[in-house]
Amino acid sequence: MTDATQASRRQALAFLERFALIGVWAVLIAGFSLAMPHTFLSWPNFTAMFGSSAPAAVLAIALIIPITAGDFDLSAGANLTLSACVIGVLNAQHGVPIGLAIAAALCAGALVGTLNALFIVRFAIPSLVVTLGTSSLLMGIVQWLTNSATISGISTGLVNAVVGTRVFGVPLAFYDVIALGLLGFYVFEFTPLGRRLLFVGLGREVARLNGVDVGRVRAGALISAGLLSAVAGVIYAGVLGSSDPSSGQNLLLPAFAAAYLGATTIFPGRFNPIGSVAAVYFLATGITGLTMLGVPLWATDVFNGAALILAVLISQLARGRSVAELV
Amino acid sequence: MQPDAEPLLAIRNLSKTFGGVHALDGVDLTVAPGEIHGLLGTNGSGKSTLIKVLAGVHAPDPGARLMLKGREVQLPLHAGDFRKLGLSFVHQNLGLIPALSVLENLRLSAILGGAAIGIDWSAQRRAAAETIARFDLGLDLDRTVEGLSPVDRALLAIARAFEDLKAGGGRGVLLLDEPTPFLPAAGVRKLFALMRSIVADGSSAIFISHDVDEILEITDQVTVLRDGRVAGSRATPGSSRDDIVQLILGRRVEIVAPTQRPDAPAQASRLRLKAVGGGALDRVDLEVAPGEIVGLTGLIGSGYADLADFVFGARRARAGHMDFDGAADIDLARQTPRAAIARGIAFVPADRPRAGGAGRLSVADNMMLPSLDVFFQGGLLHRSRLFERARELGARFDVRPNRPELDFGALSGGNAQKVVIARWLSRSPRLLLLDEPTQGVDVGTRQQIFTALRDEAAKGMSVIVASTDYEQLAAICDRVVIFRRGSIQENLRAPGLTKDAIASACYAETPGTDQGTT
Repeated sequence: MTDATQASRRQALAFLERFALIGVWAVLIAGFSLAMPHTFLSWPNFTAMFGSSAPAAVLAIALIIPITAGDFDLSAGANLTLSACVIGVLNAQHGVPIGLAIAAALCAGALVGTLNALFIVRFAIPSLVVTLGTSSLLMGIVQWLTNSATISGISTGLVNAVVGTRVFGVPLAFYDVIALGLLGFYVFEFTPLGRRLLFVGLGREVARLNGVDVGRVRAGALISAGLLSAVAGVIYAGVLGSSDPSSGQNLLLPAFAAAYLGATTIFPGRFNPIGSVAAVYFLATGITGLTMLGVPLWATDVFNGAALILAVLISQLARGRSVAELV
Repeated sequence: MQPDAEPLLAIRNLSKTFGGVHALDGVDLTVAPGEIHGLLGTNGSGKSTLIKVLAGVHAPDPGARLMLKGREVQLPLHAGDFRKLGLSFVHQNLGLIPALSVLENLRLSAILGGAAIGIDWSAQRRAAAETIARFDLGLDLDRTVEGLSPVDRALLAIARAFEDLKAGGGRGVLLLDEPTPFLPAAGVRKLFALMRSIVADGSSAIFISHDVDEILEITDQVTVLRDGRVAGSRATPGSSRDDIVQLILGRRVEIVAPTQRPDAPAQASRLRLKAVGGGALDRVDLEVAPGEIVGLTGLIGSGYADLADFVFGARRARAGHMDFDGAADIDLARQTPRAAIARGIAFVPADRPRAGGAGRLSVADNMMLPSLDVFFQGGLLHRSRLFERARELGARFDVRPNRPELDFGALSGGNAQKVVIARWLSRSPRLLLLDEPTQGVDVGTRQQIFTALRDEAAKGMSVIVASTDYEQLAAICDRVVIFRRGSIQENLRAPGLTKDAIASACYAETPGTDQGTT
């Protein structure tokens, strides 16, 4: 084979890899549409999905920041729940203006991130252990704050801002997700910070020996993840119109699955915000379709769990190959 | 003759060729029962290749023969064969598991090789206690290895190797690959006592060391390798230090004058190190002038390899200060790479895969990592400009293939090194530190790296190269500083700065006190 054909084959393969997930997604939509032309294939169905998956999408973006720097944040789901419940307690129960309540929720999220960073970076405890601990700790606090009961009556201002107002029939929350995805894309690809984040994750010693303040980058990533989880919580409260002290935790797994699945697409081998957002909607499409087909509720967990493992497997294969084929 | 008199291990006509180069060339080695046999030679003389053949890592060229306990053994050996044959290795890293106890480490093979379920702990404990008592090691069986002193760890590793020999059927050959360089003198004594008691009942040991004095003290017989051949083999008693050094270096050692009272640097110095301690180093002073290329070398464990790390902050020094380029008394105990880079210091580490560059990121990113901010303008990282600059530098430093978008990990060792050097030289540093800069680098590339260093030095950059490649040091340095036991022993300057002069200075005895340090 000549170099030219080899190169063009490689380019074709790379293209295929980049958009494989999008292709599978299209096939999935087509399949469900054929099966349920009247119920699945309808604009309201899609717009509802765009809105209701927004919290998971933001959560996925939150997760990939520390993952890129080499740390896990398992507390993101609990952090989301905390943020939603802070809003419920302050706004619905104590009548605090919604703006202030949101600010408090965001502060809480950033504070949780800071706490994680303190233990992970400063005291060098593995991130899995620390965030597993904070996750449980936060869930406990949430149960205490809410008396384990759903708080309804959150300001319609927030509900309107998240799902009430629609542009082209699509809830605003979806546009928030797109905006955050693009912001993430910008930071990852078009700032020195994004490059440093990658080096800290893929070659920590290299980063250190090239003058990168590894501790600061890791802490920054964890705090950003905390803050973004709280943003996801605000959107979640808006989507539901209430604060649910238990269901938020269920978003963690699909968000993780989406983070890894996202790493197989757009920029294969890298955790990337756009890919993660696409993956969230891919998973949501699958689950919505299955549910409408009448598949029992437990299938959701099976689907998400299998997707996570497969996504990790695929992204690892993609990585392994991309190094080997260039040697 | 008695069966005991026949050699325990005999190697005949052992050769090993790597791509046309003879790493070993017809080597014979004979080790008698109860003998401690010293194996000596400079780096690249073939010692490690020989060990790796016995460990089953390398297959020797056809024609080699190996006799163990009087029986011919089929070559090549496979990895792991050596256990059954009665060979046991102690490598420099000792191979202990720090988090496990003395007992678990000592009986590791027995425990792992034992029944699949149910470990008879009381039997293991008895056996371990017996070994500890027999050699009078005084180790607490329940302590974890991470809490042991370096000496106790070395003793434990050797005792374990003996256990493995015993398990393999009694007598055997213990191969000790430089276990001593990081041990204090008193520790070395203990280690020698242990070796003596191990060989007392008919086993043998092969002891590899760079330290001629240690070899003279402990061995019965000594074999010296030079350029892959046996330069000589003789009984240790009756051999003098000079005889052995001469065998190592291949010529008579004229006593290199511990001469040359180091004169003051011609120019005002750029770097002045004051009382640097840490690692193997003890209160070392050194000055480097602008445009000067200084080599640091010595035997392994002498401390030459620590200094560059400390100056850059790659590792923290225990103590010491430096004056650099007008800034006085920078505390090396608190130095960080970030601060060093800000002062115009650059560092090319030895451990390229781990520390040189991130294999899964692009060549361009790896080359520009410390200079990223230059390409961040108007809120955008200009990737195309960054790649353009990387391509330019790639062309200047002859990186092949010059494709900045490739993964760094896809480059060969030499080209990866060119990328790391280009990364720093593009920033015009005031001081460049290099640790073993040409390890795993082909000859052509080596020359290109030397030329680049010389060019930059001519423009005023100071260079410090830590290396044990004497030939390389002789080729590029204005001055070579020889370390021994943690301090500077000698300064060699051109003329008279040759590979042989450096080598004999490294092996020389500690000279008198009329020794300044520059």
